[in-house]
Amino acid sequence: MSKVIERTIDATEHPISPYIRMDRMPHIWCPTCGIGTVVKCYATALDESGIDINKVSIVSGIGCTGRTAGYMNLDGFHTTHGRAVPFATGLKLGRPELLVTVFSGDGDLVGIGGNHFIHAARRNIDLLVILINNFIYGMTGGQNAPTTPITAKTSTMPFGNFERPFNIPHLAASCGASYVARYTSLHVRRMTKAFKEALSRKGFRFIEIVTPCSTLYARLNKLGTGLNLINYYEKSSEIRNGVDTRDIDISFQDKIICGKFIDEERPTFLDMMHDHYKRTLGDRYVPMSNEGGMIRE
Amino acid sequence: MKFWRKPLDLDQVEIPRGEVHIIADRCKGCEFCVEYCPKDVLEMSTEFNAKGYHSPIVVKPNECVNCGLCEMICPEFAIFCIQLENRRLVDQEIESFEPETTPRMVAL
Ligand code: SF4
Ligand code: SF4
Ligand code: SF4
Repeated sequence: MSKVIERTIDATEHPISPYIRMDRMPHIWCPTCGIGTVVKCYATALDESGIDINKVSIVSGIGCTGRTAGYMNLDGFHTTHGRAVPFATGLKLGRPELLVTVFSGDGDLVGIGGNHFIHAARRNIDLLVILINNFIYGMTGGQNAPTTPITAKTSTMPFGNFERPFNIPHLAASCGASYVARYTSLHVRRMTKAFKEALSRKGFRFIEIVTPCSTLYARLNKLGTGLNLINYYEKSSEIRNGVDTRDIDISFQDKIICGKFIDEERPTFLDMMHDHYKRTLGDRYVPMSNEGGMIRE
Repeated sequence: MKFWRKPLDLDQVEIPRGEVHIIADRCKGCEFCVEYCPKDVLEMSTEFNAKGYHSPIVVKPNECVNCGLCEMICPEFAIFCIQLENRRLVDQEIESFEPETTPRMVAL
């Protein structure tokens, strides 16, 4: 059983407020946008895991989801477009004791920053990557993203998209990620559980959350509001744990296969590095302390 | 609680209870909480909040089972629930109990 959040009857503030910079609320996300739900679930996962939040940091790129780093009451980086993963890699290698989460959107992580994503997964860098997939570039004006399903309309593909989209869990899995899962923002309990589980694992952990974008994706495709998209997730998502990631492409308004697809332990980049240098250099190798090489408190 | 038949030990069933709080001025009226509350505790208000959105109001306070779903799904951190003591059904509720034959199943 998870830890129950201790609550006193205080009707003025939300119990999750220690994790959110409440002075910056309301956030910029549109009405019926689902990003806030995912942030809430991530904060709950941190709370229930009992992790010291001084040892957690969050890194985001640019975009609607990229605002997350600034809204959470954690040490955060709001980095340049697509570069959340390299910033986070540097942070993790410099301060190995930190728990580093990358929280960004599909356009940022697998569009602009696709190459970084691939190599971080290949090296099994110790990062938790939460990717919010709304099928479109939101903040920049609804351009076609590498996740836009075929036939979906975007501002740069007004007659519908004809490019094949990424199946991101498969991309992460084939590059060697050690934990791969996908849920929609309706799956609040499963998502929180996956965050908690991934927080306790090592290596490159990837969780994709399909989330409604009411202002651009739903509007350009005449799909109604975020509530209509959530209703679509309710009808069309299917939980299939452990299924082959090759079979989980998402077509326009079609089935969304969710679940945990991969959960296996592999040595991380730092483990491999220490092992290798100990083997080749012997006593000459002095590993960096856990608190990092340069910064001492 | 929702059951597909009337349980024989209905007078023994302990029902969790919650008190739901809405921070109305933070709400952007997405209706997620109203749509997915399993006990239909909430309804959209016809009044506007300070930002010009309709926020939810509590219409069946005694029905809330402290499931926390409204709190989890709200993208605005605008609604939360506090646990109260469990309760038993009163005689009147047991008499008027109607099982639900086609409950809405939502995988969360
Ligand atoms: S543009 Fe889309 S993704 Fe961005 S905040 Fe609005 S609804 Fe959310
Ligand atoms: S806690 Fe559950 S039952 Fe109570 S109002 Fe929220 S969703 Fe409804
Ligand atoms: S889920 Fe939150 S923002 Fe949406 S209607 Fe309910 S209280 Fe308002």
